Amino acid sequence: MSGILHIAYKLLVNDRSKYAALLVGITFAVFLMIEMTSLFAGILTRSSATVINIGASIWVMDPAIQTVANTIPLPDYALDEVRSIPGVKYAVPLYSGSALLKLPDGVYQAANIIGLDDTSLFGRPALDGGNIEDIYAENAFIAVKDSEFYKLENPKVGAEFELNDHRGVIVGIAHVASSGLFGVPTLYTTYNRALQYLPNTRFTISYLLVEPKSPADVASIKRQVAAAGYLALTKDEFIQKISNFYKYQTGIGTNMLIMTVISFIIGLSISGQTFYTFVIENLEKFGALKAIGAKGCELISMILFQAAFVSLTGYGIGVGLCAFIIWLARLYLPDYAAIITFSNLILAFIMVVVIAAISSYVGVRKVLRIEPFDIFRG
Amino acid sequence: MAKTAIEAVGLNKWFGEGEAKTHAVKDVSFDAYLGEILYVVGPSGSGKTTMLSMISGILRPNSGTVNIEGSDIWSLGTDALAEFRLRKIGFVFQDFHLFPRLTTAENVAIPLILQKRNWDAALKEAHADLEIVGLKDRAQLPPVKLSGGEQQRVAIARAIVSRPDILILDEPTASLDGDTGRNIVKFVREHILTDQRCIVIVTHDSRIYEFADRIVKMEDGKMMKIERTNLENLNAQ
Repeated sequence: MSGILHIAYKLLVNDRSKYAALLVGITFAVFLMIEMTSLFAGILTRSSATVINIGASIWVMDPAIQTVANTIPLPDYALDEVRSIPGVKYAVPLYSGSALLKLPDGVYQAANIIGLDDTSLFGRPALDGGNIEDIYAENAFIAVKDSEFYKLENPKVGAEFELNDHRGVIVGIAHVASSGLFGVPTLYTTYNRALQYLPNTRFTISYLLVEPKSPADVASIKRQVAAAGYLALTKDEFIQKISNFYKYQTGIGTNMLIMTVISFIIGLSISGQTFYTFVIENLEKFGALKAIGAKGCELISMILFQAAFVSLTGYGIGVGLCAFIIWLARLYLPDYAAIITFSNLILAFIMVVVIAAISSYVGVRKVLRIEPFDIFRG
Repeated sequence: MAKTAIEAVGLNKWFGEGEAKTHAVKDVSFDAYLGEILYVVGPSGSGKTTMLSMISGILRPNSGTVNIEGSDIWSLGTDALAEFRLRKIGFVFQDFHLFPRLTTAENVAIPLILQKRNWDAALKEAHADLEIVGLKDRAQLPPVKLSGGEQQRVAIARAIVSRPDILILDEPTASLDGDTGRNIVKFVREHILTDQRCIVIVTHDSRIYEFADRIVKMEDGKMMKIERTNLENLNAQ
């Protein structure tokens, strides 16, 4: 560290009350910004949990679908139509619905039911216990051990429940990449058993899962599916569509944006005001430095260093605090939906840089305007 | 004959325009020599501080030149002028302007650090200069823990640490009680003044006139040069 920056560092950290106030301001702002955006990221990820967990390349659906949870059944012949499209390697049906389970102790619990194609079991989850072949056994279901698993009373293989007066048996315990958004556990079974156990509309296929022969076929498959009156989206497009729904057609995105902006303003207010006071209190000293022979660029580097140092320190503490709080929350609330993503970190970092830039801009202007002559004049 | 340290020629400075124009310094010329203490005295508003700022490279005159080492300092660019002040002039400000969050030694080392000297080496030299001003045992204290006289000595140590040829003291006794102020200037006379250094002191404290080699009186922006021998006359005015 050069000498002038060493001085700047000492001026900053030795003024403990202001340094603490600056750190609290930045840390608080970073914590709130990352917490808000992490919650949003968690919600968005969980809203697409089924799409992520099933993992199909192309999803064919009714064009009016907005989220994966609100299915609009497709007619059975749609499966044959899609299978006949050139470039389709295979296509299978998927059932996605909800049901009310009666657990052994008599408690009723809502659950997602995913019905996999009987022949291929495409989209099956990885098992932690049991055998996948047992899904063909009578009344067989596989329970997903995610954050909602405990709501099924932590069943073991062989545990039983009731579903629409049908007996259900847990034959496997699976894990998936993402838990769902709505706080209900998930059971996998075969497509046909799902239709047997759950009341259905005239059409029964929730989605058609399509694998193209090659990535180059995706565009033509999408065109031909559209010509047939349906909508084909790649996995990423479907996730984006669901995200857009929650961002723009619910209040969630707007509220999160408002909270993030408020966090930014709070951080800017606290840090800007404190940094301004810090510079004002040292203004005559900076003037004296200027008289002694410090150049304008050296004084600017001192202020920028101070702003950068306190901002990066506050950013680090804020990120650490947020990660700790999320970890702590998950200990007690397993379905706490918050994910710190690189995007969140970069967004918060950019906002912290903006806070530092605005705070230091005021200080730099003040320091550059102070005339050494004013120091003599008193 | 003593070597000229500062040659001020025809300095003029005014502030404002039109009816608000104030002519603070009017056609001031004088020389200051190495090895002498030159006092600039006069009532408040007489232009002492403005003149001091011009000869130390802080305030640009409207006309006139300030020659130091044979060249006009006001022909230098902003950064070159700052570098010139850093290496050639030491400042002791009226209110000391010490950084309260730095130790006494770190305050003293500031000019060396601005000269890009190594931090540890600068502190070592600062300790040596604190010894000169009798404050070696106060090196690790913050300035706020020191008395006014001690803070003045710290400011002097900071001013001399880079071994400047010219030392500028602005009202060095204004913030001190009578005895302390007198002792400080006496200390400067006995320990800081050398054959290779010129000290310019702006003051209106007549109790310290005895330590001057020459005294110059300013009034209404004009300057009268009065030699040391005319001290009694000056006091009588």
